Amino acid sequence: MTTTASSDVISLRGITKAFPGVVANNNVSLDIVSGQVHCLLGENGAGKSTLISILAGMQRPDSGTVSIGGVPVDISSPKVAVDLGIGVVHQHSTLVPAFTVLENLMLGESGVMLDKTRAKQRLEELADLLGVRIDPYALTSDLGLGQQQQVEIAKAMWKGSRLLVLDEPTSMLTPQAIAHLGTSIERVKARGLAVMLVTHKLREAYAMGDCVTILRDGRSVGHITVDELASYSEQKAQDKILAAMFGDNLASVGDVASELAGAAEATREMRTFALESRPIRLELRGVSSRGSGRDIEADDISFTVREGEILGIAGIDGHGQGALSELVAGQRLASSGTVLFDGVDITRIGVRSRQQLGVRYVTDDRLHEGTIGSMSVALNLVIKRIGEHPFWRAGRIQPKAVDVEAERLIDEYDIRTPSPDTRAGTLSGGNIQKILLARELTNGARFVVVNKPTYGLDLKTVHLVRQLLIDFTAHGGSVLLLSTDLDELIELSDRVEVISRGRLVGSVVNDGVGTAEKVGQYMTGAIEGTR
Amino acid sequence: MNTDTNAAGGIFQGFVRSVVPVLLALVVSGLIMLAIGSSPTDFFAGVWKYGLTGNNWQRSLALMSPLLIVAVGLIVAFRGQLWNLGYNGQYLLGAVVASGLGPILFGVMPTALATIVVFIVAVLAGAVWSLIPAILKAHYGTNEIITSLVMSFIAVGVVNLLIKGVFKDPKVTTPQTQVISDDNLLPFIPGTQIHIGFVIAILLAVVAQFVLTRTSFGLRVDIFGASPKAARHVGLNSTWMVILLFAISSGLIAFAGSIDILGQFSYQRADWSPRYGDAVMPLVFLARFRPVAAIPFVGFYAVLATGGTLAAQQAGLNVDFLLVIVGLILLSMTITEYIGDRRRLGQSYLSPGLRSSLLRPFRNGSQRMSV
Amino acid sequence: MSDMLSAAFITVFIATVISQAMPLMLAAVGETIGEQAGILNLGIEGVMLVGAYAGFVATLISGSFWIGMLAGALGGVAANLAMLVLNVSLGLNQIVIGLAVTLIGEGITTVLYLQNYSKSPASLGQQPKLLIPGLGDIPVVGPAVFQQSGIFWILILLILGLAFVLARTTWGLSTRSAGQKPSSLDAAGGSVIRTRSIAVVVNGMLVGLGGAYLSLLTTATFSPFLTNGLGFIAIVITMLSRGRILVVMITSLVYGLTVAIGPALQLIGFTVPADIIKMLPFIIVILMLIIFARSSVVPPALGTTYIRGAR
Repeated sequence: MTTTASSDVISLRGITKAFPGVVANNNVSLDIVSGQVHCLLGENGAGKSTLISILAGMQRPDSGTVSIGGVPVDISSPKVAVDLGIGVVHQHSTLVPAFTVLENLMLGESGVMLDKTRAKQRLEELADLLGVRIDPYALTSDLGLGQQQQVEIAKAMWKGSRLLVLDEPTSMLTPQAIAHLGTSIERVKARGLAVMLVTHKLREAYAMGDCVTILRDGRSVGHITVDELASYSEQKAQDKILAAMFGDNLASVGDVASELAGAAEATREMRTFALESRPIRLELRGVSSRGSGRDIEADDISFTVREGEILGIAGIDGHGQGALSELVAGQRLASSGTVLFDGVDITRIGVRSRQQLGVRYVTDDRLHEGTIGSMSVALNLVIKRIGEHPFWRAGRIQPKAVDVEAERLIDEYDIRTPSPDTRAGTLSGGNIQKILLARELTNGARFVVVNKPTYGLDLKTVHLVRQLLIDFTAHGGSVLLLSTDLDELIELSDRVEVISRGRLVGSVVNDGVGTAEKVGQYMTGAIEGTR
Repeated sequence: MNTDTNAAGGIFQGFVRSVVPVLLALVVSGLIMLAIGSSPTDFFAGVWKYGLTGNNWQRSLALMSPLLIVAVGLIVAFRGQLWNLGYNGQYLLGAVVASGLGPILFGVMPTALATIVVFIVAVLAGAVWSLIPAILKAHYGTNEIITSLVMSFIAVGVVNLLIKGVFKDPKVTTPQTQVISDDNLLPFIPGTQIHIGFVIAILLAVVAQFVLTRTSFGLRVDIFGASPKAARHVGLNSTWMVILLFAISSGLIAFAGSIDILGQFSYQRADWSPRYGDAVMPLVFLARFRPVAAIPFVGFYAVLATGGTLAAQQAGLNVDFLLVIVGLILLSMTITEYIGDRRRLGQSYLSPGLRSSLLRPFRNGSQRMSV
Repeated sequence: MSDMLSAAFITVFIATVISQAMPLMLAAVGETIGEQAGILNLGIEGVMLVGAYAGFVATLISGSFWIGMLAGALGGVAANLAMLVLNVSLGLNQIVIGLAVTLIGEGITTVLYLQNYSKSPASLGQQPKLLIPGLGDIPVVGPAVFQQSGIFWILILLILGLAFVLARTTWGLSTRSAGQKPSSLDAAGGSVIRTRSIAVVVNGMLVGLGGAYLSLLTTATFSPFLTNGLGFIAIVITMLSRGRILVVMITSLVYGLTVAIGPALQLIGFTVPADIIKMLPFIIVILMLIIFARSSVVPPALGTTYIRGAR
């Protein structure tokens, strides 16, 4: 079976989908033409994922039609989508980690017996098409993220397709893997398939897309045709897109918008104070961690963070960031090495005592670890101070004191919630993140570990979070910033360390243009020739 | 303060959602009785007669003592999302401490002192017995449903061996312990035939309710139950929590066993297991893990069991039919909650974590003896 | 001492091991298939009892053991209906439903049995054996292993067949994905509900067969609470075997061994109290759990309900 691409245009007309409290897609229309990469651009929360899930058969629109070649179709389930030739590579992997590559690809096949021979043949075909090599018998959990994505693309194209949808495909990839992806997309396009690329990064839209549709707040606010995009320079494209996104507000949003939208390489304003003269706040000497063994442990890590400094940790997701964060916070044991805070050895000290010393942790798992969804916002704000005066007296909670503090923090951090007693789980991602920040950055905080602090958040909150961190350091606090977003690291950090498989493999001082390249080199150098 | 926001309307709806499953279960069990040729009216009339009228209500209340204490024990663990299903074995361990050790102690020291010693040893026995499941769970994440259950089976065997061996009453041929004389048993509430175990049980429920809902300890349990990950993040010592909650839970259940012997039975036979925990489990859910709310549910079941034992024979039904009723309550509870969720009727029984957590029932090793 | 080593004794011993192991093996294989699909069936004890009772009654009435086994299978499927409708279709809590099924199963079978048979306890006699020529003549082992009833051989084939199906068919792959990561199955165009439904039916069938084997072939009678924790042991074995049916078979034989040891020791003169014999499997299980603490790996989606697009 070869990949037969049809030249039918896939049209969306008037797609509307609402959920309780929010209209995710509002009368969205666009055409996807074969042989082209149609880029769907918008910030987090703009409605891109909902549109994709409609194409994938996971959701049905409230109104509007999807047509293929002029014929309306009802994509009522993922099976229907597959039969129609729509293959989706989701942002979060749909592969079964415990299965081999071949098993993952054979999942969903018709027929009674598993036909391994035929599957291997097909895999070879597709791997050729994509320009990659995939080992059919490799265990999926052993593959690197870039390779897993290649398998997902192969799976999306398994039954012959007309449309390949890629949802935020580059968010966790190294520059090298991104280049591979670009090649694969070119080859798929050349075969005549239509490709839809979903992203929130302007730069990517320009580089990889043939035409661009811009989504904002559920609406389609602009479209750049193939001819237009081909004729624009990157700057002009950027301007057009920002104008479509922000309209008249562009002037007030200013350069921040373009930086945030990932338009150009971010450059950091240099802060002129001399870091070397400041006292060392946190120091790690040869620290390795020992956890439950389910993720990569920290391996012989050493670094220092000074007062007022932001140290960034760059790296591919899942290379020990979690272990490092928990080590500093006290949630994970150090199997060797020393952790010093203000010169004092805190290696054996537990979470609570570290909190009291001023060491705080904003976790990346804001829903299941950072907050307790079933409890109120107010309670979540004071939850790390159980038993402490004035919120508790003789073991009993003092509701008034808690409410006063909660109202203060809700106000100061602009947490949008109907009331302090609302269950935290009902708030939006951005507001939940604000709860975490309000809790960790106040009340004697002196050092904060933040792990992926702006992941999945809308632009406004992203801006707020970054500003909060900068303000925190301006008042003498220090930050350990772990992130997979290079732009963010470069905008905020004074120095950047690169982590790979639990070890620190490179250090870059963030003193001008070129930092991104150097960091990127460390990241690829670390994985070159292996994964 | 934490998870519940109760308006008056919410309380009413909560009441409805608690009572409807029970009524539904009773109706369905009535239908089943008809199907197998017994008379539901006879049965339920018998329950009323033998459970409540005359002096029978006193026997029902007496049965409430161990049931309620077991309920509190289960609640303590369940609120922490720890599924202590070893209750049958834990109860028997506490009982054998009272029935085996009791007679020895009563012979050498004043009654009150001996009673207190028995209670303390019983609680300790239960707590220690839960150490293996607790430690395995705390350190390796081993599923406590299985471990607590297996320990329960082993406990049943151990207790039988004790009753047939060291604790056996030499004067009798059937394997059982020495009968404890009346003046060594727990006194009655003045003017009644109900032993003070009932008062102890009520007090325990009230104290437990207070501690679990109003103190910082209770909040810690709630956090731990809501999300062990968040608990660690907040700074709670998970290992300690697991061990402590299991110890309290098993200790209480074992305590219930000793109270039952010293208040009600006065001796213990081998191969006997009243399986209170099995019956109490759905009630604990219906009460949404609140000790004081459990009191009326336990009361209802106590009447059903006391009256039902005799009523069953009258209606030509085996007493084990009660198991069917309890099972039906569980099923109708899930259905009611499903319908309630669809119509958003008040708060659900099951904490969000329960939906995806591994729970486990019971299994026992010895035959049920008609009490 | 010489008694123990006599050929006749060993033959009986091996036969006992097999007859004690089979009910557990069947139930555990059924549970394996269920758990691989993501269903933890805590009702297994009740389902086994229903299968045992149904088989018992059917054999008494029809006089045929084969019909009895069939009835057991059907009874098992019927008993699993609650799980099928309430959990797989409606998404209600698996654990609570399982608990309820066990309670109801225990209660109903006890009540019905005592109502109908307590005055005239019936014994079923022996099932006619199938002699396999040639193999059946091997000394000692021959009579034990190769003179089992035909039912035994069919069931062994069934178990091996299921092992093959689980590993090599598309249904097997879908089933395993339903327990590993149901969203993958959904995204691949499969139906999580249909896959899990079939798994529940197969689970009911096998567990029911296990119960029927217990009452028809192992004990040749029924009594209240006959299973006595066996269903639960099946769950433990399943979890320790991590989805490998061949391992389940071996572990079940080990269980058969521990049960057969009691009478064997008695012959030598060691009278081991019945209570210790009953405790033995559980003690072994606890020791295994302590030693292999990390080994009981369950499918990640076990016990969870799949909702498309859930957060």
